[in-house]
Amino acid sequence: MTVPPRGAIAFDGLTLGYDRHPAVHHLDGAIPRGDLLALVGPNGAGKSTLLKGIAGEIGSLDGRIERDRGAIAYLPQADEIDRSFPLSVLDLAYMGLWRRLGPWASLRRHRGEALAALAAVGLDGFEARAIGTLSGGQFQRALFARLILQDAAIILLDEPFTGIDARTTDDLVGLIRLWHGQGRTIVAALHDLAQVRAHFPTTLLLAREPVAWGPTAAVLTPAHLARATRLSEAWDENAAICARGHIHEHAHEHAHEPLHEPHDHHHAGAHGHDRDQRGDVRGEIAHKAAPDPDPARPLHRSAS
Amino acid sequence: MIDLVLGPFLEFGFMRRALAGCLALSVSAPPIGVFLMLRRMSLMSEAMSHAILPGAAAGFLVAGLSLPAMTLGGLAAGLAVALLAGLVTRSTVLKEDASLAAFYLISLAAGVLLVSLRGSQIDLLHILFGTVLALDDPALLLLGGIASVTLLALAVLYRPLVMECVDPLFLRTVSRVGGPVHLAFLGLVVMNLVGGFQALGTLLAVGLMLLPAITARFWASDLSGLIPVSMLAAALASVIGLSLSYHADLPTGPAIVLAAGGLYLVSMLVGPRGGLVYRLVRPRHLEA
Repeated sequence: MTVPPRGAIAFDGLTLGYDRHPAVHHLDGAIPRGDLLALVGPNGAGKSTLLKGIAGEIGSLDGRIERDRGAIAYLPQADEIDRSFPLSVLDLAYMGLWRRLGPWASLRRHRGEALAALAAVGLDGFEARAIGTLSGGQFQRALFARLILQDAAIILLDEPFTGIDARTTDDLVGLIRLWHGQGRTIVAALHDLAQVRAHFPTTLLLAREPVAWGPTAAVLTPAHLARATRLSEAWDENAAICARGHIHEHAHEHAHEPLHEPHDHHHAGAHGHDRDQRGDVRGEIAHKAAPDPDPARPLHRSAS
Repeated sequence: MIDLVLGPFLEFGFMRRALAGCLALSVSAPPIGVFLMLRRMSLMSEAMSHAILPGAAAGFLVAGLSLPAMTLGGLAAGLAVALLAGLVTRSTVLKEDASLAAFYLISLAAGVLLVSLRGSQIDLLHILFGTVLALDDPALLLLGGIASVTLLALAVLYRPLVMECVDPLFLRTVSRVGGPVHLAFLGLVVMNLVGGFQALGTLLAVGLMLLPAITARFWASDLSGLIPVSMLAAALASVIGLSLSYHADLPTGPAIVLAAGGLYLVSMLVGPRGGLVYRLVRPRHLEA
């Protein structure tokens, strides 16, 4: 596979997880440049894990991610920010300039740019305030100002609106749409399905396995959502070693997955090109954008 | 009053040397202490200060009470403990505080053992409590050198160091300097502890590093204020401590650290940033 253009992300048999237990299992496909993709799935579905993997925070258990790490801006769900540190809002925003300025270049010349970023997130007049005095919503706005200054081709947002009120959310969604208009690639893990339907053209529904990936309307069907709920949170302490190797392509038995359904080999949606490039079956596993034929079908290998 | 303070320094060379050494330490150690405090690593520096003991003791065993040997030994032992603890933290389940505690305890015990193998009680007291009134030229040069290197390094590392303190995850995603910067910072900590150990001994070396930094927290709210205030507090504590020790015939190291402690207690009471008195008399809140 060739290196994708700056701003695109490609997954090749990607498995991410903790202690050898996969949290994202054999994900294949590509996020094209300029995509505005919502990551949807129940808790424990692997949304944060996938974003961490793309950002390079955790290594893959198997498979590969192709992306330009230097082009990524990442807003984690659980940040490690020490809010008691005596730092001003302006200084926090300035951190977004690191890739451009490095450790020594003068920040003063970029003061106007940083103030404009703060104004764009509705924080004018806050530049001298200590970060510890901000409310949750204001702090999230400040982090978005930092994202603006990062000026990245790929923006990863992990549940950016959890605990944020409606007005702030509206403002920040407006910013995301602006970034989308500028041709940036945006991947956001979200729980509010109405919000996803309203603003995100494409969706990846994840439940450790990719359940469906494609245009939002085709992905967020009741059948898919029910399936995602069933598939998630199947952590088996004594799971066997996964037989679906990265090298051999046709291992279809998943003895280690008590709740796994047979793969439906429908193939539709915006990302079908991936299969054609490689002609292997893994593309099919990843792209189940077509509706599940029978969501009420009994599980073929129930947990005993 | 002025005579009382200036007199001993004008009169005696050893007092001037002690003052010069303490002032050098006062500009280099407190900024390090500020970062340690802000990173909640205050007690970690205490552990590190014990970790340099076996190195200094080994130097002492080889060359007697020789400054270069004990300094090199102390530096080597401190850096080794810092690196080993960092390595264990990164490659096992232990957190930094636990792995550091393990190594510094081993180090401290080894140090005491080494000193007691050869040498008298007095030598041990020298190492533990320092010899600020007997600073010779090489010792002064060492303290000056440490201060210069520290200030230079802080200037160079300032931005990534602040970022590593505030948001290490962000720094990890945009750059790989986080690890090296952290190690360089630990190196600076060890260097300043070795400097402090010349003057104040291993037990009190942390005193001029942390007490002024903690004191500054009650007077300034951001780094641009904390660092100068902490330097000022350390310098003030040095002058007060040296004068006190001269006039009242007290051991010098403890007198300096106690002076710094006194400044801290006063600041805790009357400091404008969260001092106790300001908390008791709350001003009326604002309209918005």
